[in-house]
Amino acid sequence: MAEFITFFCGAAIILAGAIGVVVARNAVHSALFLIQTLLGVAVIFVVQEAHFLAAVQIVVYAGAIVILFLFVIMLLGVDKAEDLGVEPIAGQKPLAVVLGASLLATAITFVLVATDGATGVGSGDPERQLDSGITDIERIGRVLFTEYAVAFQLTAALLTIGVIGAVVLTRSLSSADQLDDLEPASMDLPSLAPEGANDEHHVDTVEEDAS
Amino acid sequence: MMFAQDPLYAGDWLGDALITGLKVLVAFAFLLVAVMLNIWFLRKVISDFQNRIGPNTAGRWGILQSLADGIKLFFKEDLIPDNSDRFAFKLAPYLSLVPAFLVFAIIPIGGDFNGDDGDGVVSIFGHDTLLQVADPPVGVLWFLAMSSLAIYGVMLAGWSSGSKYPLIGSVRASAQMVSYEAALGLALASVLLVSGTLSTHAMVIDQSGEGPAFFGIENILPAWYLLPVGIVPFVVFIIAGTAELNHPPFDLVEAEQEIVGGFHTEYSSIRFALFFLAEFMNQITMGALLVTLFLGGPNGPAFFFPEGWWIGVFWFFVKLMGFLFLLVWVRATLPRFRYDQLMDFGWKLLIPLSLGWFILLAFIQIGRDEDWSTAQFVGLGVGLAAVFVALAGMLTLAIRNARNERIEEMEDAHG
Repeated sequence: MAEFITFFCGAAIILAGAIGVVVARNAVHSALFLIQTLLGVAVIFVVQEAHFLAAVQIVVYAGAIVILFLFVIMLLGVDKAEDLGVEPIAGQKPLAVVLGASLLATAITFVLVATDGATGVGSGDPERQLDSGITDIERIGRVLFTEYAVAFQLTAALLTIGVIGAVVLTRSLSSADQLDDLEPASMDLPSLAPEGANDEHHVDTVEEDAS
Repeated sequence: MMFAQDPLYAGDWLGDALITGLKVLVAFAFLLVAVMLNIWFLRKVISDFQNRIGPNTAGRWGILQSLADGIKLFFKEDLIPDNSDRFAFKLAPYLSLVPAFLVFAIIPIGGDFNGDDGDGVVSIFGHDTLLQVADPPVGVLWFLAMSSLAIYGVMLAGWSSGSKYPLIGSVRASAQMVSYEAALGLALASVLLVSGTLSTHAMVIDQSGEGPAFFGIENILPAWYLLPVGIVPFVVFIIAGTAELNHPPFDLVEAEQEIVGGFHTEYSSIRFALFFLAEFMNQITMGALLVTLFLGGPNGPAFFFPEGWWIGVFWFFVKLMGFLFLLVWVRATLPRFRYDQLMDFGWKLLIPLSLGWFILLAFIQIGRDEDWSTAQFVGLGVGLAAVFVALAGMLTLAIRNARNERIEEMEDAHG
């Protein structure tokens, strides 16, 4: 009974949020509705006793990814309501309809095929059964650090490389003016003499550019 | 379906619902009253620091001052700037307040944890239950989830006001909260390494009773996680928590001299009061979490074992007051950080420090599991330290090399 009620509340939250994402005219409002949808999905996860997944859903998706969306929307100033009559890419709308319809068909097929089973009940390994009395956190931790340990560490390395690569690519040091950015602008450093005498790595930038 | 581990949920559903509702109500009322007293406490203590009297008119010792302020804020005119995004402007205060309240749901505030059967279960109207609103298996992850949601309130408030100072304040706030959440999470990870559980209730049970012997004297040290985890994550947690609260000396978010009032510049009346409420509520929940994670929650000192659930509540509040006093002390003492100092401090000091301590704790934990002798501990420790020093040296060398090359390149290009 309680599961039934919670499921319907969660489903209503998800659907209302999803419709809001599409209908809202302002990109920031769409992002807010997206958060609502993600939180609704987290509720459904809790109903399914996937507590860890619910927490990660909130921390990673609602707490990090949508924050990034919002940063981009707010700082790029694309937060004004757009004229929906204009199509930036030709044929975008019919293509979107086709894609949406095929996604819907896939989802319906999954629901029809997976009505009985497909929840891991048939698996022989007791640790993989959902009803084994081990919490999902323990189970995920065990699998992640035994079976998938190498993949897990490779992912971590990949993410680190991605971050460093982003920094390297965005900070191309083509002009000497940007060299100053390497040092944090700190007031407790001694100020430069006009000739830059007390800076051992001094590069004549200002004078050269001025001449 | 199971929402949380609580003996309550084995009973009949009507009783469950009523008692859960009662607990939610009590927690909510408690937080509101605690915020009122917290503001009064802050103003009274800080005026002592500054050698003045502080609030002294409303009620005895001015204790009703915050209540009077709250009533005043309710009846003030509510202004919404023309330039604002009305939907987000109205939503933002609630997005700050709700996570602040929800975190408190996982805090065990009392119960009898003493003795062999001390599991913190109390009986309310014949129903066995825990003195916390919920004990989800994800425990402290719930806190991380809620504190990541709390950023939305600040961010949207700044953006939707439609003016510059709030936007600057909210960008500062989000960058600061995201940065210090990393250090906070790493300090938390050290605790989780020792506790082996995420559930706050299980952590408090684990911290009950006597700790290790202190120079041969039994029954003096408590079994609080502060001892096995060490002082470093504790201090990092306090500092990062203070930054997460946007509390002085980390209050760049609302630095009056620079950006008027930061993200809440355009807010007035009850919406402003909601931000204020959220801020002080966050102080209380952060303190409660610190007490739960490091200081044993409702567990008293090891040598003092009276029976009853109220003694847990008593010790919990004593420790919470200690943290709140520390916050006021810091506020009265330290000047505000500059922005680059703030970022350097978080990324270059707190995160490496807590990460290093985490590795050290993991090393000790593995040693215990594998039953290493002292010689093995020392040998492997020295070896590991040597590898770390070598790696750090190589990294420093590589950075210096790359830097010199870049400078040469630039000198070639411009010289």
